[in-house]
Amino acid sequence: MTPGTRRLMFLLTAPVLGAVLLWGFGGLPRFAHHPNPYGDVLNAVSVPERHVTDVVTAVNFDYRGFDTLGEEFIFFASVLGVVLILRDQTDESPGHAEDFATGRAVPPTSDAVRVLGLGLTPLTVLFGIDIVAHGQLTPGGGFQGGVILATAVLLIYLAGEYDELHVRYTETVLERAEALGGAAYVALGFFGVVAGSAYMQNVLPLGRTGSVFSAGTVPLINLAVAFEIGAGVVILLTTFLRQTLVVRATERRSALERALDAGPPA
Amino acid sequence: MNALQVVVLLLVGAVGTCVVAARDPLRQAIVASFFGIVLALLFFVLQAPDVALSEIVVGAVALPLMILLTLAKVRGGEK
Repeated sequence: MTPGTRRLMFLLTAPVLGAVLLWGFGGLPRFAHHPNPYGDVLNAVSVPERHVTDVVTAVNFDYRGFDTLGEEFIFFASVLGVVLILRDQTDESPGHAEDFATGRAVPPTSDAVRVLGLGLTPLTVLFGIDIVAHGQLTPGGGFQGGVILATAVLLIYLAGEYDELHVRYTETVLERAEALGGAAYVALGFFGVVAGSAYMQNVLPLGRTGSVFSAGTVPLINLAVAFEIGAGVVILLTTFLRQTLVVRATERRSALERALDAGPPA
Repeated sequence: MNALQVVVLLLVGAVGTCVVAARDPLRQAIVASFFGIVLALLFFVLQAPDVALSEIVVGAVALPLMILLTLAKVRGGEK
C-alpha cells in the first residue's frame, strides 16, 4: 500500500470513526454518575459484612475472590512464559556480566547511586510490607505491595552488582516462593468448602474492624498474593537482566559458512 | 468535575501524545514512564488510590524497565 492510498483510507475512515466515538460519548452517563447500584451497595455493606474498610480489597479478595484467583494464574502463566522463552538457547552461552554494547568493562557504580540505593532499600521494604499488611484497611494490598517489594530487589541491583543479586536471589528460592504463593491462594479457598459453605467463601472470624488481623481470609490471601507477585516480578526482572547482561550468542557457523569465508581454493 | 481533575486529564492527554510523538524507542520508554506517573496522578484525583498505586509500580517502573532491558539486549546483539 503506497503512502497516498494509506492517507486516502485514513481521510475516508477517520470522520466515520470520529462520528461513532462522539455518538458513543454522547450516550455516556454524566461525569461521576453511574447507573448501576453495585458501587453504592458495596460501599454500604463491606464494613458491616466483612469488616473491610478498603472496599476495593473487599471486592478483589472476597466478593469476587475467585476471579482474582484466575488473574493470579494469568500472571503465573505469563512469568512461566517469559522464563521459557528467555531460557538459554543452544547457540547461546553465559558470559561475564559486562557492558557488551560497547565491549568495555562495566564502570563501577558511583557512590551517589550506591548511597541512594542502599538508603532507599530498607524504606522500600518497609513500605511494601506496610501496603501488604494493611490491604483490607487502606488502599493497596498484595499486588501493589508485592511489586513494591520487588522494586526493593531492583534497588539492590542498582546499588551493587548483578552477580551479587544473582547469588542472593537464586532462582530456586524465587520459583518456590512464587509457586507457594499461588498454591496458598488456591488452598485458602478450601476454608469455605471445609466449613460447609462455597469455595473461596470468607468463613474465618472477622475480628475487630480496623485492626491488622481482621476481615477473615482477606489478609491471608493478600499475603499469598504478595509472595506470588513479589517473587514473580523479581523472576521477570532477573530473567530480563540475565538476558541483557550475561547471555551471549556463541559463534556457531556451519561448514558451508566457513568454506564461503575461506574463499575459493587456490 | 473540578479544576484539578480537568488539569490532570488534559495533562494525561498531552503526555500520551508525547509518548506517540517520541519516535526513538529509548526516549519513548522514558516518556512512557512519565506517562505512568501522570496517569497514576489522574487515578488519584479521581479518588481511586488502589489503581493509582498499581499504575505507579507497573506503568512507571516495571514496564519502562522491561522496555529498556529489551532495547539493551536487542541493540547489543546488533553490534
